[in-house]
Amino acid sequence: MELAKGLREIQKLEGHTDKVWSLAWNPVTGVAGIPLSFASCSGDKTVRIWEHNPSSSTSSWDCKAVLDETHTRTVRSCAWSPSGKFLATASFDATTAIWENVGGDYECVSTLEGHENEVKSVSWNPSGSLLATCGRDKTVWIWEVQPGNEFDCVAVLQGHTQDVKMVQWHPSRNLIFSCSYDNTVKIWADEGGDDDDWACVQTLGETNNGHSSTVWALSFNDGGDKMVTCSDDLTLKIWGTDNEKMQSTDDFVPWRHLCTLSGYHDRTIFSVHWSRDNIIASGAADDTIRFFVENDDKDGLVDGPSYKLLLKKEKAHDMDINSVQWSPGEDRILASAADDGTIKIWELTSAG
Amino acid sequence: MNTLLNPLTNKKFLISFLDIKDPEHPYSLEELKVISEDAIDVDDSRGSVRVTFTPTVEHCSMATVIGLCLRVKLLRSLPSRYKVDIRVAPGSHATEAAVNKQLNDKERVAAALENPGLLDMVDECLSPSYE
Repeated sequence: MELAKGLREIQKLEGHTDKVWSLAWNPVTGVAGIPLSFASCSGDKTVRIWEHNPSSSTSSWDCKAVLDETHTRTVRSCAWSPSGKFLATASFDATTAIWENVGGDYECVSTLEGHENEVKSVSWNPSGSLLATCGRDKTVWIWEVQPGNEFDCVAVLQGHTQDVKMVQWHPSRNLIFSCSYDNTVKIWADEGGDDDDWACVQTLGETNNGHSSTVWALSFNDGGDKMVTCSDDLTLKIWGTDNEKMQSTDDFVPWRHLCTLSGYHDRTIFSVHWSRDNIIASGAADDTIRFFVENDDKDGLVDGPSYKLLLKKEKAHDMDINSVQWSPGEDRILASAADDGTIKIWELTSAG
Repeated sequence: MNTLLNPLTNKKFLISFLDIKDPEHPYSLEELKVISEDAIDVDDSRGSVRVTFTPTVEHCSMATVIGLCLRVKLLRSLPSRYKVDIRVAPGSHATEAAVNKQLNDKERVAAALENPGLLDMVDECLSPSYE
């Protein structure tokens, strides 16, 4: 891997009038000539769709749509279906909205109600047949996509003792990972049988080298055998599972702590994202974006892998950074969203 | 960029900060000794402000509301680049860690401020008072 040396700010996107909480790249863009596109969501109660315009010489990113008048409170997070055709948005108004992309126009085709109060995160499973949502009511809900844009709740997972900050499906296995204000990450699996019989199969907490404060986000590596989590305890933690065993059995294979990255961010780390080529980006309340890669120093392998700082960008935004997300496609493009209401597009470059 | 210190050392600002009303009493937080001038710690170079307040009783159920009032007051008064931490004085509250955690979880703060009832209460505490 060619080591990245610099971070170039490509563009600052303005339009949201309040905190930008989260953003999500459309997974089917950036390939086969389809221009890169992503959605962002905000405390201004709207969602914006942004698209790269390769032919433009100056302003190369444009806002193509504003999704408003549906959510009545902050839109906390958003997620594209694997096909890129649907966008799910989770809001403090206790609902999750499903938007269908019809030729660049977005229509709200369904509203998922059930959570008692703020919905904080939403995630599609790899096949796009299931959705998971989570929120302040300490639960994770699983929804099944039915014909005609119907969504049936098939399970309500209880186990967290405080609000659930983020929910994420494993990239290849039928597993849900949730992280919480209760300082833990919980892993949920469908135990089989005819009914949907979901249960918590593992809790990664402080007693097994987990976090000592709110866990805000998590992200998987491309192979799905490693995961990074970030926390209010100012650390990032790397977790791993036995990939061979995972491939050879349908049973759950436990995860274990591999290493802790501490001493980098000095305020809450809100977001972390693992790139396809194994660069971990993190964004925090210290307004800084940091990049980490695995140490290739073989001596360190005795105790498992270790990671080193590749690059840091201080004052990446004027205020807290809430979300960092790598783009799909070949280029090392990263988008960041912040409390200052802006989104920035960055490119990791191999030039100094 | 000396604008940081100015709003806080400026007497007028400080007085208005101490003048926040208690949600349960007809007195200001200063009068109740919940907050004092030296409870506000400003680090200009780091752009951070730390406020330490002392709830009137150990089991004060209003501690999170008072903390929310302090945070909103600072949000509305300070330039946005300041990082604000709010906490109860060590040993002053039965559930100190839980109160501190909640007050500094910005997602919870954002959600609380979208709750009309809670926002009304905060606005009432912050409203220009009885002079």
